[in-house]
Amino acid sequence: MLQKLLIANRGEIACRIMRTARQMGIRTVAVYSAADANAQHVKLADESVYIGPAPSSESYLVIDKIIAAAQATGADAIHPGYGFLSENERFAEACAKHGLIFVGPPIPAIAAMGSKSAAKAIMSDAEVPLVPGYHGDDQDLDTLRAEAEKIGFPVLLKAAYGGGGKGMRVVNHSGEFTEALQSAKREAQAAFSNDKMLLEKYLGNPRHVEIQVFCDQHGNAVYLSERDCSVQRRHQKVIEEAPAPSISEFTRKAMGEAAVRAAQAINYEGAGTVEFLLDTNSKFYFMEMNTRLQVEHPVTELITGQDLVQWQLLVASGEPLPLAQEQIQLNGHAFEARIYAEDPAHEFLPSTGPLTVLRTPELSAHVRIDSGVIEGDEVSAYYDPMIAKLIVWGSNRTGALRRLVTALNDFRVAGVRTNVDFLRSIANHPQFQRAELSTRFIERHEQDLFADTSALEDDYATMAALAELVQSQQSQQAWFANPGLQLNQPAQFTLTLQHDGQPYSVTLTAHGDGWQRLPDQRVWRASWQHDRFRIHCNERSFFAHVLAAAGDITVMTEVASIRLQRYDVLLELQHEQATGGMVAPMNGTVVAVLVANGDEVAEGQPLLVMEAMKMEYTIRASHAGTVEQIFYESGELVSDGAELVRLSASA
Amino acid sequence: MTLITSTINAKDPTFQANHEAMQKVVDDLYAKVAQIKQGGGAKYQERHLARGKLLPRQRIEKLLDPGSAFLEVGQFAAWDCYDDYVPAAGVVAGIGTVEGVQCMIVANDATVKGGTYYPLTVKKHLRAQEIAERCQLPCIYLVDSGGANLPQQDEVFPDRDHFGRIFFNQANMSAKGIPQIAVVMGLCTAGGAYVPAMADESIIVKEQGTIFLAGPPLVKAATGEEVSAEELGGADVHTKISGVADHYALNDDHALALARRAVSRLNYQPALPLTPTAVKPPRYPASELYGIVGTDLRKPYDVREVIARIVDDSDLDEFKQNYGATLVTGFARIHGYPVGIVANNGILFSESAQKGAHFIELCAQRKIPLVFLQNITGFMVGKKYEAEGIAKHGAKMVTAVSCAQVPKFTVLIGGSYGAGNYGMCGRAYDPTLMFMWPNARISVMGGEQAAGVMAQVSKDNLARQGQSMSAEQERALKQPIVDQYEQQGHPYYASARLWDDGIIDPAQTRAVLGLSLAAANNAPIADTRFGVFRM
Repeated sequence: MLQKLLIANRGEIACRIMRTARQMGIRTVAVYSAADANAQHVKLADESVYIGPAPSSESYLVIDKIIAAAQATGADAIHPGYGFLSENERFAEACAKHGLIFVGPPIPAIAAMGSKSAAKAIMSDAEVPLVPGYHGDDQDLDTLRAEAEKIGFPVLLKAAYGGGGKGMRVVNHSGEFTEALQSAKREAQAAFSNDKMLLEKYLGNPRHVEIQVFCDQHGNAVYLSERDCSVQRRHQKVIEEAPAPSISEFTRKAMGEAAVRAAQAINYEGAGTVEFLLDTNSKFYFMEMNTRLQVEHPVTELITGQDLVQWQLLVASGEPLPLAQEQIQLNGHAFEARIYAEDPAHEFLPSTGPLTVLRTPELSAHVRIDSGVIEGDEVSAYYDPMIAKLIVWGSNRTGALRRLVTALNDFRVAGVRTNVDFLRSIANHPQFQRAELSTRFIERHEQDLFADTSALEDDYATMAALAELVQSQQSQQAWFANPGLQLNQPAQFTLTLQHDGQPYSVTLTAHGDGWQRLPDQRVWRASWQHDRFRIHCNERSFFAHVLAAAGDITVMTEVASIRLQRYDVLLELQHEQATGGMVAPMNGTVVAVLVANGDEVAEGQPLLVMEAMKMEYTIRASHAGTVEQIFYESGELVSDGAELVRLSASA
Repeated sequence: MTLITSTINAKDPTFQANHEAMQKVVDDLYAKVAQIKQGGGAKYQERHLARGKLLPRQRIEKLLDPGSAFLEVGQFAAWDCYDDYVPAAGVVAGIGTVEGVQCMIVANDATVKGGTYYPLTVKKHLRAQEIAERCQLPCIYLVDSGGANLPQQDEVFPDRDHFGRIFFNQANMSAKGIPQIAVVMGLCTAGGAYVPAMADESIIVKEQGTIFLAGPPLVKAATGEEVSAEELGGADVHTKISGVADHYALNDDHALALARRAVSRLNYQPALPLTPTAVKPPRYPASELYGIVGTDLRKPYDVREVIARIVDDSDLDEFKQNYGATLVTGFARIHGYPVGIVANNGILFSESAQKGAHFIELCAQRKIPLVFLQNITGFMVGKKYEAEGIAKHGAKMVTAVSCAQVPKFTVLIGGSYGAGNYGMCGRAYDPTLMFMWPNARISVMGGEQAAGVMAQVSKDNLARQGQSMSAEQERALKQPIVDQYEQQGHPYYASARLWDDGIIDPAQTRAVLGLSLAAANNAPIADTRFGVFRM
């Protein structure tokens, strides 16, 4: 059995692995970068080793440093977690070379699955179904048509040397084939100077269903049900569930066995995931195999009652699998929602900063939270901005889904923006409730999922003012016990907020025992109930959480969570005067500096380009002047609000 | 605990009639205040706003802490006093908290006759300073005024309590360590220039605030020099060259934020001689005061019903409950602050006056603030009472009230007539703050009594000439006197002349007293030394 395990990772997965290791009596070693000195995974570990500056290319991705840390602490094994070095064969080789156990598959298996084309060839040989297609050199029209007929319509035409959708056509009937082929070839020729075409079966509405497999060193292999991870945004999984809904036992078994064959074809060991596309006719096709523990492994754990990290550590120690295939029982249904610090309203840009408030739903046998942060921690720009994974269980899908929505309602985060509302709108979506899933789910229901909350903002601002009022009323001080009291007039309370630096006032006027925001005639009242407000608006009443943190106020209800910003004229002016407005709009990386010191620039001239989450932002001159100083070079990380360029005062 | 048990029945027709009558005068009060809050009216307000300036009440709201109450003083100042319409006497004044510090704020209203000082403007400004000095409240002057109202210079300039006293007060408050902060948000001409110049710290708004002893027209007349107001005394001149102002603000919002910041670093420590206990609301609703009191001053009611709706938990520990029963005295708390209540419950007799003097002595000795609920037609008259020395007993109470050094708060809840006004801490007895209910009346005696006295004197004269007066003639003689007393004794008339600090909705009494106590608690309470009591 392993004695001491180094976890070459951070965040929730490092914490999660350590918990199991501890239960098994295995000592743990954390590694950490400069940004993570106070991180939870460091606090949780028995020992920790500093491995370098914040950028992961200088810390978590540096093989030598991790190996050195393992040697220095006397660890006998390394768990790579997911991401970082988890599927890096050179890392696995380095472990082997230094006599360390790599908790993962054998090196050839990593290598085999690392190349997509090689992987497909291996799978084809192992009779794992692949998306039917034609990749031949014979580009004769009749050959191509014959191949298309063989694949079966609809068929996807793809330029062999293409990309970006150019030279791509979906052909629904054989009658359309010739014309579509010719137009696709013309387009490909123009775009890529090559009109070679590939044919593939077109999957119109596929689901992403993956099988969890496990193999040991003694030739045993099992599958632990499947997970449906269809709800994705730009290939990023958003909500996962297990088992996959509305799949026949026959298909389930067929997929499971295919996955086991796939694993055995590469002499797999440990935890692996075989990803399939499942079409509407219950046909499934191999996509790829992930040779690591997946982010979404907890849903499998909840329905199988197994600890997959424990399995990994057992297998790595040379033990046999704890269960045989027929001993694996499925019980109930589980969901996982990934809570991210990101802004769904702005292209899901990461929203980094301090987690001034982080309250999670109450944990129970049915609600599990895997997280690597606690209230007060920082979401760093250097790494994946995941805050937590929320995993819930129910005896059936409906019950689990209800629990998911309730738990999402109880997630309260302030300081950063989150995707909680977005997750909830997915969970509440009728199609999702009916399990009408596909990888195009988000794209297809964009209108519903990205509800414009700007119309709600007014009412949420009213609630924020109301909350401040109620807090004031709790004061023992005469000046605040009757908030906004004025002689012989109804009391008035004003909260000043801002929108893009422009102030606006929310003024509430006392009306009987309630308040009005004139000219609106609705009467609002609020009272504390435990840790939240009960808000009354005319005849309706509902709960709201109002979380105030320094400059912003987050108002959360079951409908939406809206972050409002207080107006502070001094801060605004200071900002403006100090920087002339040329500050980083968010955390990100400088990708280009377009001017040099001493350059004369005109107002509005681009000075510097920043990138954050694949979006570019151009910083322009706020006024005409001379460039006095440029504070960042290309490639440097900048934090939200940092001054980027200083110009001489305008003439 | 000595809780007052109310015996009010809200279904009683008298109660309902009273309620209706009081509601009417309160509604009128609210309507008038709503009008007063409009300052110089829509036209002048729009012009003011178009210049990028905030209205005085907006300025105060932004200056105060969010949620802070604003205890306005002199709201009715100059109401119906001049041919010109001068609401609030063209200056808004009151107490509120800024960065947690209770401050007196005096804000000129440039929409009212350019914010110029009428006689009552001066009186109000000085009264605000007097309150600030008494309670040791830092002062913030939001200046936007053309200075003295020139046509009335004889009433605003030369005398002791005229314009110059403002600066005298600034200097002396500063000397006592009471901070003086000026924010120049508009004109600040001639004598007005001394407000920022005499301030401990001053802020001026770019392209709005100007400070000069003589404005461009006067300069041109005197020396022929042509100069713009901005060049003569704008923010740039005074913050960069002259040093008359200390901080440069880009606009009103900025200036008010700077004023808040200035207060935040005053390092101001209030004396806090009183320690409030946890606040308990009264057991009965304040709204019932309308039905209890009504507007007919001749209708008696038990003043304990009023006290029960003002003091914490409706808890009044009465002193000498069974002696001199026409005066109710007792210990209570308001918003947690300890107070001694002195409340009329009928005409004053010798015993009630002695009881009052005794109780005031107790409170002065124990440093407990006094709250007078005044509803008094006067002391008892007649041979028997003069013979028992009601004059000397009344004098004891007046001596006690005069000398007591504890904070004193007077609320006129009904009639305030004759020597009763003296014994119950009328304006002449320097209450820290004094308020009036809209149903109250104040005069040397009741209108009917005054008319009766005058009629009797005339009848006596006629009788000496062997003539008599017809009922018709008597009515003709009395009516104008009754009318005059009614007009001059009315709260609007009284408050307009600053005989008190404001008219208040009876339902706000508890809140107003709580704020008054909190304000007074900034200053230490001095030892009291009483004068000779005639025994």
